[in-house]
Amino acid sequence: MNFWESVKVALSGIAANKLRSLLTVLGVIIGVGAVIAMLSLGEGARVQISERIAGLGTDLLIIRPGRFGLPGAAAGARGSADVLTFEHARALVQNTSSIIRVAPEVSRTVTISAGGTNLRETVVGTTPDFTEVRRTSVAYGRFFDNEEIERASRVAVLGSGVANELFTNASPLGQMIRIDGRSFTVIGVLAERGQRGMFNTDDNIYVPLTTAQQRLFGTKYLGTIYVQARENNLVRQAEDEASALLLVELGNTELFFIQNMGEILATAEETAKTFTFLLAGIAAISLLVGGIGIMNIMLVSVTERTREIGIRKAVGASGKDILFQFIIEAVVLSATGGILGILSGVVISRLASSFSGWPVVVSMTSIVFAISLSLAVGLFFGIWPASRAAKMDPIEALRYE
Amino acid sequence: MLIQLQDVVKIYNLGAHFIEVPALQGVSLNIERGEFVAIMGPSGSGKSTLMNIIGCLDRPTKGSYFLENTDVSRLSDRELAKIRNRQIGFVFQTFNLLPRETALQNVELPIIYAGIKASARKEKANQALGQVGLAEREAHKPNELSGGQRQKVAIARALVNSPSIILADEPTGNLDTTSGKEIMQIFGELNKEGRTIILVTHEAEIATYAKRFIKMRDGKIVEDSSK
Repeated sequence: MNFWESVKVALSGIAANKLRSLLTVLGVIIGVGAVIAMLSLGEGARVQISERIAGLGTDLLIIRPGRFGLPGAAAGARGSADVLTFEHARALVQNTSSIIRVAPEVSRTVTISAGGTNLRETVVGTTPDFTEVRRTSVAYGRFFDNEEIERASRVAVLGSGVANELFTNASPLGQMIRIDGRSFTVIGVLAERGQRGMFNTDDNIYVPLTTAQQRLFGTKYLGTIYVQARENNLVRQAEDEASALLLVELGNTELFFIQNMGEILATAEETAKTFTFLLAGIAAISLLVGGIGIMNIMLVSVTERTREIGIRKAVGASGKDILFQFIIEAVVLSATGGILGILSGVVISRLASSFSGWPVVVSMTSIVFAISLSLAVGLFFGIWPASRAAKMDPIEALRYE
Repeated sequence: MLIQLQDVVKIYNLGAHFIEVPALQGVSLNIERGEFVAIMGPSGSGKSTLMNIIGCLDRPTKGSYFLENTDVSRLSDRELAKIRNRQIGFVFQTFNLLPRETALQNVELPIIYAGIKASARKEKANQALGQVGLAEREAHKPNELSGGQRQKVAIARALVNSPSIILADEPTGNLDTTSGKEIMQIFGELNKEGRTIILVTHEAEIATYAKRFIKMRDGKIVEDSSK
C-alpha cells in the first residue's frame, strides 16, 4: 500500500469520529499555541531590549567612579568616589588612539522654575560632544558650544519633556528659566527619544559642564564619562586604553569602573533568551499533555477498531500497513493541531501585544520548531498504540465483538 | 497440486497454565485446482482451525503446508499477508465488511493492499460487483444492504484480486434460506468458471452444492468422499 492510500485511510478514520478527533486536536492546539505565543512574546521582548540598548550605541563605554574610600576603610557605594575630573575626560581623547570623543557628565536633581511652574528635575552638566556620543539631536535651537564651556555660560538645553512642562505651547527658545535660583537662557530643545532602558534624556536639562561644576554644584568632579570608540570593533581596545590611562592617573583600579555597552547588550540578550526558553519550556509541557491525549485516543481507537484491523489483515494488510495507518492517523491529528496551534499562537500573541503594548516577533524558527515538535509528539505517542494494532492476531481480531 | 497438507498438527496453548489444546491432530489433505470442497463436522471438530491454516491466517504447529508448491508453514507474517492478499479470498459468516465504507470501497480493499492504482482498482471492483449481480449497489454502505447483498459484496471482495482459492466459513449461517441458496448458486457458478472453492459448513443441505465432502471429528479427517 502506498503512502497516499495510508493517508486516505487515516483521514477516514479521523473523520469517522469528528468530535473526538477535534477534542484530541484541541490539546495539541493549546500546546503549540502556547509555545508559539511564548516564543513570540519572548523574542519580541528580546528585540525590544536589544534595540533600546543598541540605540544607545554599542561603541560606547561608560566610566564611573568606584567606591568612596580606599580598601580597608569603610567603603561607600559604587559611583560615590570623587575622583574623575574634566582633565581625565580630555586626556582620554588626547592620549589614546581608539577613543574619538567623550561626554563627561555631572548631574544633580534640583528645582527648576519658569513662569509660575516649579519642577524637580535632573540637571546634567556636559560638553558639546554629548549629542554625538549619546546619539541625540537638537529639535529646536542649538546645543551649547565650546566657547560657552570656556566661559561657563548660563545657557540651558531642555529635554523635550521638560520643555513641554515648562512652556506648554510657547516656544522656550530665548526664555529665562531658574535653576536652583540662578537664571539661565534656554538656547535649545532636544528631540524626543522616549524611555531608553536605564536612560531617559527627555526629562533632563543640559547645561555646560563648567557651568554645572562651578556655578551650580560646586564640585570639580564628574559623575560619569561616556566614551565613544573610533569604531565598533575598537571598543575593547578603547576599554583597555581607558583603563590603563585611569590606572596611571588614579593609581588604583578600585577607584573607577568601566562598563562596555556591547557587553551590556550581550548580557541583556542572553537574559531575555533564557527567559524565552523558560517560558516556552513551560508551554511545551502542555504540548506533552496534548500528546498524551493523542495516545489515549489512539489506544481507544485501536481497541474499537480491532475487527477492522482483523478484516484488513485477512484481505492482505501486513503489520507494517496497519502500523503506518495508525501512525499516520496520530501524526495527522498532531500536525493539524500544530498548524491550528501556530495560527492561534500568532493570534494570541498579537492580541496580547495590542492589549499590553508588548512587541511580538513571530519568527520562522519558532514556527518550524513548533511544527516539528508537534510532529514528534504525534510520532512518539502514536507509535505504541499503532504497534499494538500491528501486532494483533488476525484470527483473534476477527472474532472480537 | 494446489493445496498439500502433510500431517498437520495444531496445538493451542491456553492461558497462563499452558494447557495444551489439540485442535488438529495430524491432518493430511490434497486439493486440486478447480475443486469445490465442503468441510463438515460438529463444532470443535477443528474445521475452523483447518480453514485458518489453509487461509494462511495461522501456521501449523507441526507438519507442512504447500500452497502451489510453496511451503507456507515457514513464511513470515509479512509473506503470509501477501499470500492472503494474492492467492486467497475469504468469505465469512458475519460478512466482515467495513461499516463506514461503501460496497465498492469494501470490494476495493484487497487491491489497495496489492498496490493497484486507483483507476484500475475501480474498474476491477466494479467488475467483481457485477459478477455477483450488485453493480447498481456500489455506493451503498453495508447497513443499507440486506444480509444476502452484504454476503455478495463480501464474495465480490474475495474475488476481486483473482485468488486461486476462495475460502468460505459458514457463508450462509446468517442468511435466510432464499438468500443462502442464492449465495450457494454464486459459488457454484464461480466453481464452474474454474475457481477452487473450499466451504466450511455444518449444514448438510448447503454442502450438497460441493463436489467433494470432507468430514472432521476431534481434529482428524474421518471421511473424504466425492460426488
